[in-house]
Amino acid sequence: MTLPSSIPATELDVPTTLDGEVPVAIRGRSTWQLAWARLRKDRAAIISAVIILLVVLMAIFAPVIAALTGHGVDHQYRTTGLTTSGLPRGPSGTFLLGTDDLGRDVLVRIAYGARISLFVGVVATLATVAIGAVLGMMAGYFSGAVDSVIARLVDLVLSFPFLLFAISLVSVTHPSLTVVIIVISVFGWAAVARIVRGQVLSIREKEYIEAARSLGASPWRIMFIDVLPNVVTQLVVYATLLIPITVVLEATLSFLGVGVPPPTADWGQMISESSTIYQQAWWFLVFPSLALLITTVSFNVLGDGVRDALDPRLNRQ
Amino acid sequence: MARFLVRRILQGILVMLLVTLLVFGIFFLGGNANTVATRLAGRNATPQTIALVAKRLHLNQSVPLQYWDFLEQLVWHHNLGYSYFHEQPVGSVLKQAAPITLSLALGAAVIWLILGVLSGVLSAVKRGRIIDRAITTLALFFYSFPTFVLGLMLLFLVSYQLQKRGIRIFPGQGYVYFSASPTKWFESLVLPWITLALVSAATYTRLTRGSLLEVMGEDYIRTARAKGLSERRVVFRHGLRSALTPVASQFGIDVGVLVGGAVVTEQVFGMPGLGYTAVQSINNGDLPVIIGIVIVASAAVIVANILVDLVYAVLDPRVRLH
Repeated sequence: MTLPSSIPATELDVPTTLDGEVPVAIRGRSTWQLAWARLRKDRAAIISAVIILLVVLMAIFAPVIAALTGHGVDHQYRTTGLTTSGLPRGPSGTFLLGTDDLGRDVLVRIAYGARISLFVGVVATLATVAIGAVLGMMAGYFSGAVDSVIARLVDLVLSFPFLLFAISLVSVTHPSLTVVIIVISVFGWAAVARIVRGQVLSIREKEYIEAARSLGASPWRIMFIDVLPNVVTQLVVYATLLIPITVVLEATLSFLGVGVPPPTADWGQMISESSTIYQQAWWFLVFPSLALLITTVSFNVLGDGVRDALDPRLNRQ
Repeated sequence: MARFLVRRILQGILVMLLVTLLVFGIFFLGGNANTVATRLAGRNATPQTIALVAKRLHLNQSVPLQYWDFLEQLVWHHNLGYSYFHEQPVGSVLKQAAPITLSLALGAAVIWLILGVLSGVLSAVKRGRIIDRAITTLALFFYSFPTFVLGLMLLFLVSYQLQKRGIRIFPGQGYVYFSASPTKWFESLVLPWITLALVSAATYTRLTRGSLLEVMGEDYIRTARAKGLSERRVVFRHGLRSALTPVASQFGIDVGVLVGGAVVTEQVFGMPGLGYTAVQSINNGDLPVIIGIVIVASAAVIVANILVDLVYAVLDPRVRLH
């Protein structure tokens, strides 16, 4: 048999068996198989996926990059890495992407910075989507008082300026990775909850939900077993588009000094440190910026591709 | 209409109350009277100041009473508190910063709205052609641009490169008051405006394009075309009118958020607006100013939301029924 993605169009039709031939088996394809078949034809999305894979590899093998260059991530090369007047050194054979204001290797720090960006990007996105999905399902399924309470919470979150909330929290505690993830997910869930709630409102009235209810299933069982699978596509699309936003938010928080505290290598923080010295050391501004920009552009292109692949109606009107 | 308005305002007040509760929770809880007072009085506070703060804010009372007091000061006396770092009321600190944020946010908003909507319309009308591809690619590019990266790139590529060649058109950083010199004021705002506008315009291009494409598939557009109207009239009179609804709601929220401080842009360009002041206040340990900015900024968002709903209700009578 041929692979699902290469079945000719004619085989998809119901085979006619006038002369009693054995009919050709029709193979069902799941949403995901169909989406994948569409996605792999999207050249921009595939290229972005490859770039993202490279960034992931760079993050995983950051210690290897450090070992190859022979430069530790936090080590300050005050004699070799700084000029006699104490300025960063430009790209050279020893420091491929130059050094920063403290004489540290920019390349190695970019590689380690990828770890923070991707970690926060994925973890905070998952937390956001999980909180949003549960609260959205509750609001849609229970309606009434539960819905009103969640609706006011959504209003509260959406009217509390995100960056100022981060600034408030950090001003009474201390900046940390945990605070970054909490701030991002506390602010992201509202949008997810709105989408899920809308979906659940219509799903709730379907016959199979009524069937489950008449069999005595509990509300929670219905929500997670019967409703959730029907909103999963939307959640996947939303999560893919949320990752680049999360990566930018993390970098922004670190840029403002309320994100990941030094000396942890982080792209936003590197760019922030470079902002006072870029006139003497362009590489310190340009390379971390490029790393961040390439990552977010790739995630956005891939996200658009995933959306088009999972929701083809949008493209074919 | 009046009932709709009253309900929306009541909802807004409720959300504002929740905001004050959250602010109170973040800043006034978690510690005894002394630690809270020390926190609010700032880093270099003398024991006398700390005692004074504890007394002024009634920090020795029970928590509900403290909250009531906090609210009473805010609502009854329009008192946002006192900044011990600046040695002046928070209200006057904010009054100095607000005009800077407003000139930045409103100027950028005008640019990005025009840029975003026009490019979105062009892209939707020329769907699938090369110009559509160019616009969508550019929009995706700027949409992915973190604001601070774009701002610093402009500083480096435009301001610094020109300066190196002896042309000093755009000052690198800082803000010039309009009253000091209108032309210098304008010059100091050009790059920040472009930064903020380009990043935001991308969202509006995508939003307008998607929404207009959806509307143009509706039956009433076919009717309008069948009447023999010119395509320009069909797009701008019939299509755009309903396509702009999601754009309007996004615009209201974005402007509301920015009025409370264009935190990143102000920070990049060293403009002492509300956002910049908030970030500086962390380093200064000046919590009363942060509290004030958070409250003002949230109020701005809530008011913007009510205005958006009001505009909706005027444009589309069906909204009032919900």
